[in-house]
Amino acid sequence: MASRPSAGAAVPAEERELLSAEDVARTVARIAHQIIEKTALDSGGSHVVLLGIPTRGAPLARRIAERVSAFTGVRPSVGALDITLYRDDLRKQPNRPIEASSVPVEGVDDALVVLVDDVLFSGRTVRSALDALRDQGRPRSVQLAVLVDRGHRELPIRADYVGKNVPTARSEDVAVRLTEVDGTDSVLLRRPASGRREDSGAEDGTGEATNEPDPGEVGPAGKEQ
Amino acid sequence: MRHLLTAEELDPDTASAVLDTADMLKSTLLGREVRKLPTLRGRTVITMFYENSTRTRVSFEVAGKWMSADVVNVSASGSSTGKGESLRDTARTLSAAGADCVILRHQASGAPQRIAEWLDPTGTRVVNAGDGMHEHPTQALLDAATLRERLGDVAGRRIGIVGDLLHSRVARSNTHLLRTLGAEVVLIAPPTLVPEGVRNWGVEVTHDLDSQLPGLDAVMALRVQAERMHGGFFPTEREYSVGYGLNAARTAKLPEHAVVLHPGPMMRGTEIAPRVADSARAAVEQQVRNGVHVRMAVLYHLLAGEENTA
Repeated sequence: MASRPSAGAAVPAEERELLSAEDVARTVARIAHQIIEKTALDSGGSHVVLLGIPTRGAPLARRIAERVSAFTGVRPSVGALDITLYRDDLRKQPNRPIEASSVPVEGVDDALVVLVDDVLFSGRTVRSALDALRDQGRPRSVQLAVLVDRGHRELPIRADYVGKNVPTARSEDVAVRLTEVDGTDSVLLRRPASGRREDSGAEDGTGEATNEPDPGEVGPAGKEQ
Repeated sequence: MRHLLTAEELDPDTASAVLDTADMLKSTLLGREVRKLPTLRGRTVITMFYENSTRTRVSFEVAGKWMSADVVNVSASGSSTGKGESLRDTARTLSAAGADCVILRHQASGAPQRIAEWLDPTGTRVVNAGDGMHEHPTQALLDAATLRERLGDVAGRRIGIVGDLLHSRVARSNTHLLRTLGAEVVLIAPPTLVPEGVRNWGVEVTHDLDSQLPGLDAVMALRVQAERMHGGFFPTEREYSVGYGLNAARTAKLPEHAVVLHPGPMMRGTEIAPRVADSARAAVEQQVRNGVHVRMAVLYHLLAGEENTA
């Protein structure tokens, strides 16, 4: 951390826990319940395929599937859909490693596909996932589940299932940690070391997301400044 | 990676990254209805082949097309080279015409290196698809990919390369890459087909194939390159075959798990017997299939990333 001459001591990067391990488990369970309700997959509804977007969407999809199967006895198909090769910003970044995709053998044709990701931000990842999905087949419909919606959409995309809405500044960073990848479960909000914030991101229209607001919701955007 | 000119210059991390990407591309495309990825949309790849080739040219073309690049093929016979244009002018012309990447096969060792120097200021990437008796790095990569699939890992394995080492860019590239990846390489050839300076490659060289066979995890038969042999390397093809051809009796001496590779085109009956070439041990078609994925991976590493501002 660079030392700062002003303000006496260096201002460290702030880090606040948005969701604890228990919160993550509860949120995953709630999303599972919502998926069951909306897709009616336990009462002869649709064939549901949960496709996680690597890195952390993939274990999330597996967890949601596990919950759904525990609640209903019906196990939805699970897979992973890597979108690296479909990104629209490949030329603006150093090379990214490609991660494994695993689409269930029965494919996605005529299935109800639920894309699963950890954080919904600009919406570009989801757009890439929709492109990637199109090359896999033709689902009957596609829905989106995310653990955290942090706003700042750049494309007309919204989630069908949201674990938690979090107003953020663009300069902030939402870090989702999952045991399968990081050894621990939590969601952190990191502020940059300077403490400066360019804009507040609560203006996006995530309010229409299907879930009820979480009691642990971060305060209104005014708090950001 | 800016250009891919030799296998010698690949460090272990880069080589493994390319092989991992190839694996991922292969599994991504497996069983898919649409075998095309949008990754290199709007990129132009020009293949320029001054020597004959089936598999290398085709697999580069397929690789480019599966990544949605626009692929243009130029052959020496149909181009202005026939009118006397220099290599440098041809290369600059292709770059000016919009090539993001030039894939070159040339009979002169070092030609891709020269083109890379000439084109460096333009940002056009260069891939060596075989230069003279020097290197053929994508062949080495696809062989390594095949060995990884068949043997699990290359590190610690003992790989024999048999045959016309003198004229073989495949032998040179494979030796470098396999050693980089941690394999033990033994070169096996008649004394007349061992290149000068081979002692500096840091590998074992022997003239006796039969004694090596039981200790090998893989054996690669090289093509006898009649077009580069102007006299007297061995008395007859028959005699070569007796001493160094892979036949059923020889492959029976290999361990159960050992793989037989051949870069193609195969001269059946000379360096490899038809029965061996068509056996389950042989990975010749798997090598070709992997060639497409490895070349996709190379194009991905050269062209997909950050816009180059040289």
